[in-house]
Amino acid sequence: MDRYLLSITIFLPLVGGLIVLLIPKGQERLMRQVALATAALAFLVSLWLLGPFQVGGAEMQLQERYAWIPAIGVHYHVGIDGLSLPLVILTTLLTVLSIVYSWRVDVRVKEYLFLFLLLETAMVGVFAALDFFLFFVFWEVSIVPMYFLIGIWGGPRKEYAAIKFFLYTLVGSLAMLLAILLLYFNAEPRTFGILELIGQQPLARAPLLASLAFWGFFLAFAIKVPMWPFHTWLPDAHVEAPTAGSVILAGVLLKLGTYGFVRISLPMLPETFREYAPVVAILAVIGVVYGALVAMAQPDLKKLVAYSSVNHMGYVMLGVAAAAGAVGAPERAGAATLALNGAVFEMVAHGIITGALFLIVGVIYDYRAHTRGVDDFGGLGAVLPRYSGITMMAMLASLGLPGLMGFVAEFLIFVGSFGIFPELTVIAVTGVVFSAAMFLWTIQRIFLGPKNPRWAALPDLDGREAVSLVPLAAIMLVFGVYPRPLLEVINAAMASLVTVLR
Amino acid sequence: MRELAWLIPVLPLVACALIFAFGPRLPGRGAYVAIAGIGLAALLSIGIFVEGLGGAKAHELNVRWVPYGQTALDLGLRVDNLTTVMLLVVTIVGSMIFVYSVGYMHDDPRFSRFFAYLSLFAASMLLLVLANNLLFLYAGWELVGLCSYLLIGFYFEKPSAARASMKAFVTTRVGDLFMFLGILLVFFTLGTFRFEEIFAKVHAGALEGMMVGGLPLLTVVAVLLFGGAIGKSAQVPLHTWLPDAMEGPTPVSALIHAATMVAAGVYMVARTYLLFFESPGHGALTVVAWIGAVTALMAATIAVVQDDIKRVLAYSTISQLGYMMLGLGMLGYAAGMFHLMTHAFFKALLFLGAGSVIHAMHTNDIKAMGGLARAMPSTYWTFLIGTLALAGVPPFAGFWSKDEILLEAFHHHRGLYAMALAAAFLTAFYMFRVIFYTFAGTTRSHHAHPHESPAVMTRPLWVLAVFSAGIGLVGAPFLGNPFHHYLHFEGLKAPAFSWGVALAGVGASGAGIAAAAAVYHWKVVPSGALRRAAGPLFTLVAHKYYFDELYAAAVVRPTLAVARALRTFDVYVIDLIVNLFGFAGLGLARLYRVFDLYVVDGAVNLLGWIAQTAGGVLRYVQTGRAQNYLLAIALGVIVLLAAGLFR
Repeated sequence: MDRYLLSITIFLPLVGGLIVLLIPKGQERLMRQVALATAALAFLVSLWLLGPFQVGGAEMQLQERYAWIPAIGVHYHVGIDGLSLPLVILTTLLTVLSIVYSWRVDVRVKEYLFLFLLLETAMVGVFAALDFFLFFVFWEVSIVPMYFLIGIWGGPRKEYAAIKFFLYTLVGSLAMLLAILLLYFNAEPRTFGILELIGQQPLARAPLLASLAFWGFFLAFAIKVPMWPFHTWLPDAHVEAPTAGSVILAGVLLKLGTYGFVRISLPMLPETFREYAPVVAILAVIGVVYGALVAMAQPDLKKLVAYSSVNHMGYVMLGVAAAAGAVGAPERAGAATLALNGAVFEMVAHGIITGALFLIVGVIYDYRAHTRGVDDFGGLGAVLPRYSGITMMAMLASLGLPGLMGFVAEFLIFVGSFGIFPELTVIAVTGVVFSAAMFLWTIQRIFLGPKNPRWAALPDLDGREAVSLVPLAAIMLVFGVYPRPLLEVINAAMASLVTVLR
Repeated sequence: MRELAWLIPVLPLVACALIFAFGPRLPGRGAYVAIAGIGLAALLSIGIFVEGLGGAKAHELNVRWVPYGQTALDLGLRVDNLTTVMLLVVTIVGSMIFVYSVGYMHDDPRFSRFFAYLSLFAASMLLLVLANNLLFLYAGWELVGLCSYLLIGFYFEKPSAARASMKAFVTTRVGDLFMFLGILLVFFTLGTFRFEEIFAKVHAGALEGMMVGGLPLLTVVAVLLFGGAIGKSAQVPLHTWLPDAMEGPTPVSALIHAATMVAAGVYMVARTYLLFFESPGHGALTVVAWIGAVTALMAATIAVVQDDIKRVLAYSTISQLGYMMLGLGMLGYAAGMFHLMTHAFFKALLFLGAGSVIHAMHTNDIKAMGGLARAMPSTYWTFLIGTLALAGVPPFAGFWSKDEILLEAFHHHRGLYAMALAAAFLTAFYMFRVIFYTFAGTTRSHHAHPHESPAVMTRPLWVLAVFSAGIGLVGAPFLGNPFHHYLHFEGLKAPAFSWGVALAGVGASGAGIAAAAAVYHWKVVPSGALRRAAGPLFTLVAHKYYFDELYAAAVVRPTLAVARALRTFDVYVIDLIVNLFGFAGLGLARLYRVFDLYVVDGAVNLLGWIAQTAGGVLRYVQTGRAQNYLLAIALGVIVLLAAGLFR
């Protein structure tokens, strides 16, 4: 069983999705139940991974490797380590919560659920793939369901947002494909194996080609993250996407980009990355400050959260760039490990926190006020106490309050990157004040102030909404107070990565 | 007993969790649970303190928090003499305020939530005090800030309260930013957050000779950390949030914005005192002293012109915090902490007394009060004791601690001493102004029916009054100054008691009281005439030196303008470029289509046309007549032969 556990995690959702497709029209309830059962099962299986997984083991675990297209050396090769395991569980968890939240979606339910489950398979596949060909296939497959989710179930400008998302990420994918081919054709023997290529370092003696490959990967990942200035597809996609789509988009899809930087760019092209690390770090810091400031000026709550994602993903990239900047400098290995631990922790934290924030926006927009204008509200604190409490908690977590997950992440990133890029880190730290001001101002405008009679009759959180939000709040708190269990997992992978890099 | 210290913050935290979970269903609608939490913490603190009197060693407890590489960051608690003093202050003053709140908040619909927040605050504050490293201290620091935010905005339906809460959080976070950078710099240079290791390394000279931007590194680190204290302890120029914080319920003002949280900055400087002390030429301490003295004097001047009783006390708090900083900056480590302790008792008392008055009068305006001494005797007498303590009248608590600070200043810097003395005069003046307006004469408001507050409120007042009257004796020179023996900094010796300095201090207080009596009681000099005489100076002070206006114009509005400009930039520049690429792609596609249509397709069509035309032409060749074919063959042969011949 353990031998195939990872593949089961990857393909279980797809199987469930196909079953949903077979359910005859009119039985929407059954479709939802099957989809939920599948997602819940996938989540349990992903938790089961923790059993055979050796915390503290540095190498890839639960590997499965079969020849797939022998003619060009393509394998079906999957495996997980401390970097991918938390992200896999994050994916399966957010999918369950998204399906719970989407219970009331009643337009083309079958397709909707199928696309969600297909998306889950693709995302878990990206995190588990250890063969470039497989990685690329999952990567591309992940774009398609989101395109349809935005394009069919989206808001008024859904076509524009969907096509923008699709084309933008497709451009990135092409660049990545070229970079992969560069590696492939320079490898001896030729292989698509990610671990083999890391071991071989095929472009180590060809700086020009290495630069080309680096920027190819960079374009693909930076668009996905998204890094400044490639971020403008994100607010559009978020604003138009259905709530659960936004949750998955912010919670998981953005992490594909940062995951790519850590899994591929860093170990595959370390010298090149070190050379360009300051550039990447500068873009990251611009994203931090710029994201917070633009979020402050957003009248639309969903855009506000979207720009706060730009801000937070900036922190992640600062950590990654700092680690790259420390390549070849053993005396900075400690700082690099801290920065990488922080970056990966921030990936998970941002998934949890921003996932919660998009659900929160959905709760007020989809079924209650039907507006997302920050200035349309006021005084909701007295009307919706439970909703206000959980919103404030998520926003405080996002602005980095100690005791909640965001703080641990930001703290580690800052402590680590200060040892490598001190000046840039100082600028990034100022982003903390801006994001505090931004979120508090938002809280003030929505929840504080005199009761607004227009919203006096709004109902507080219902059971289903609570089921999708409370687990996220609990995770924020538990890992915010005691991050050690999660960090033990992450640290093992990052420490060994740093060892490889020096 | 010190190994049980971890229970001290946990008890209020459990109370908080219980109240959040069960709320009004708990005994006393949650209040009793909260009081039990802080009360048990107080008993434990007293036990630990008593044990400490017997000379117990510092105790530490460490928990692995974050692994990185092969090592880890630990979190931990430390109990030493400095901690125990703070624990006593926080838990004892806290307990009194918790009890008082039962009466003060009695009719509030969010009664239970209030006690949940108070308990959360107590837990965070105790965490801050017990932290054995900068990281943990910072965490507690931010959490007390959160509680302060929640409690200032407790009446969040009031827009002014909502604004004040945000102002408090963001302003203190500006200070925290500097503190955080200081912490980063410490970790970067010393590789640890733990105080003990930091001090050991600094003491061994680990940072000696290191420079940052032309300044000694240690001074930079200390001053950056002090930035956090400037925000939290409302020192100039980040003091503007504290007067607005009076929007919170009065017990909150007493607990958080007078006795404990705002003193956290002073505590932090004392906790990391070695960094300040070892900074070359005491450079960092000089900064602390000057900021403290300027704050003490400036806030005292503003307090003179405030009519809101809570705002007078708020400016007074800022001023007294300035005193504490001045004390620390003038090498008065014990003096600063001593004043922190006495101030916590008498200022909590004054705020609770003010709350009692507000409870009875339903107004904060001292000019609408008057004659309350007869209607509210307990409130009056306890408030008077608090005022005498604050004004520095012997033998009340404030006299002893303020005298120590004046003594240190006198010995180290005469200019700062003069500022402190002037502030002492103003302190007595504005406090007796309040006394005369509030308690003397007759009631000016005709709607009010002042009455004494219930026992649940007056008893805590009396307890605090006893402390305010007597606690100063622990630092009395004629008793051998036990406080200094309990709490002192290695290598610092306090100057000997001086009758001259003590008399000058008492003289300043007496002069302040006399002046206040002359203006507000005997009315020898009408206050209107004073105001006119002061002219522009009065305007300046009445506008609080225009700090709020300056920040609005120089910080808040520009930030918002930049944010809006960037939003526009995002949509019209970055996205425009993206869309241009999109359009370019689309245009290219069109071009391809045109090319496809006219060039590629054209070429194909051309070929077809050529074939067709050629076919049409050649059709005439294919006549089907044999003789024509023969002729053609013959011609062909002739051509070939000719070609062959002439080659």
